[in-house]
Amino acid sequence: MKRYWNEYQKKIADDKFFYERSCIRQTFFPGSEAAFLKMLREELGKDIYDEANQHTCTGIGYHSDIVPLQTTMTVVARLFALMTEAGYENYVPSCVTSFGVFTEMVEMWKHNPELLEKTRKILYDTTGRTFEIPKNIAHPSDIIYKFRYELKQKMKYQLVNRFTGKPLRVVEHIGCHYAKIFPKAGVGNAEFPYVLAGMIEAWGGEVIDYPERRHCCGFGFRQYLVQENRGYSIANSKKKFESMEPYEPDFIVANCPGCTMFLDKWQYTIAEMENKTYDKNGYGIPVLSYEEMAGLLLGYDPWKLGLQLHQVQAEPLLNKIGIAYNPNEKFTGVSGKILPRPEKPHNLLV
Amino acid sequence: MDFGFTISKPRSIEPTEAGKEQLRLLEEQVPTFRRCMNCGGCTATCSAGHFINFNIRKVHNLYRWGQYKELDEELQKCMLCGKCTLVCPRGVNLRSLIIHLRKALNKDHLSNDFQHFIRNNNR
Repeated sequence: MKRYWNEYQKKIADDKFFYERSCIRQTFFPGSEAAFLKMLREELGKDIYDEANQHTCTGIGYHSDIVPLQTTMTVVARLFALMTEAGYENYVPSCVTSFGVFTEMVEMWKHNPELLEKTRKILYDTTGRTFEIPKNIAHPSDIIYKFRYELKQKMKYQLVNRFTGKPLRVVEHIGCHYAKIFPKAGVGNAEFPYVLAGMIEAWGGEVIDYPERRHCCGFGFRQYLVQENRGYSIANSKKKFESMEPYEPDFIVANCPGCTMFLDKWQYTIAEMENKTYDKNGYGIPVLSYEEMAGLLLGYDPWKLGLQLHQVQAEPLLNKIGIAYNPNEKFTGVSGKILPRPEKPHNLLV
Repeated sequence: MDFGFTISKPRSIEPTEAGKEQLRLLEEQVPTFRRCMNCGGCTATCSAGHFINFNIRKVHNLYRWGQYKELDEELQKCMLCGKCTLVCPRGVNLRSLIIHLRKALNKDHLSNDFQHFIRNNNR
């Protein structure tokens, strides 16, 4: 039987992108967005606009029932107005939840034109702005996936263990809001998501197909927002870690801010609660965003990519790939200011 | 270190043949139970649930899945006021359901009054 979705490729624009930053990514992965812009501008020679007046998409509030639908629509419309005013038509939201929100609003407007007209009116009455719906909405991971072979030509390193010469074994994890809301919005859809696997394979690594590969990371907003409910959240991540552990992954890569953060930070929490780490040496499994993975292979400085701000430290992985780094500069910020050193965990080695 | 939460234990439910038979017997006694669509209106309106930790939807779902542990004790929290029956959009006779659940789970624990009630309301 032919599995059509297996080969599904979504439409991804070639050039002239309007970039929208994420609320939380700049805190947890402070170098990822800058690295993406650098890759597009300097490595690929693309035009990508980084608007200074942008704002939240309301995603977290929207999915937690704090922000009403019409408010989200109007906020989304204002962001589209900024894109229209800047003269762009291809929208690139950094966050997977934003990507889901934009895709959902555009789909809703398509089926309910009266909602679109109402939103246009509210936006105009309140801000005097008008907007066009983007011709193309693509997640940055789509764009890196599209240009993965062009980037490969510029890469200094490959996803290969320099000690053994074998491909690095990589766990890839796709955010739910990337393709589970609208399967056609993701490369390979929700059943065969290939966006990260395509990057890993193109850059020399090996994708691990473990039993709980498609299981949620546990980030669901309703689970983690209330402290007492976080037991459900961490239980999901634990289920995944236990499933991937026998395959001895070298690292995890994800395209969603929540997945990347929780798969990283919960390793610390599980180590504190149960004295359990999922790496046989006790360091945990490093978790990277796709920009960090691409940036490392392109030879960007790991500390400028912000890897020192991850919970599971990346040095063992950097050593495996053979990436040069200066340990003395680990806590020197981009501005030259010395960053405060984090406390050491009790059980997780750093 | 206290994080204010603990890791929830994974749980998988494998309904057994014995569980299916128990469900069939209950549905025979309370045929309207087959109509339940799990909306939770019963739980939302429950007077007892307003003051204490009692969830009717959870109770009948646990029975449906053959999870009988502590269910008997849980069922004693119901005051049989019948508000759930009044609001149910599918017309499930929830008061009768609770009584038959109690009966099915542990006859000996039922008071004489309840046994009399069941005899006269065996619908």
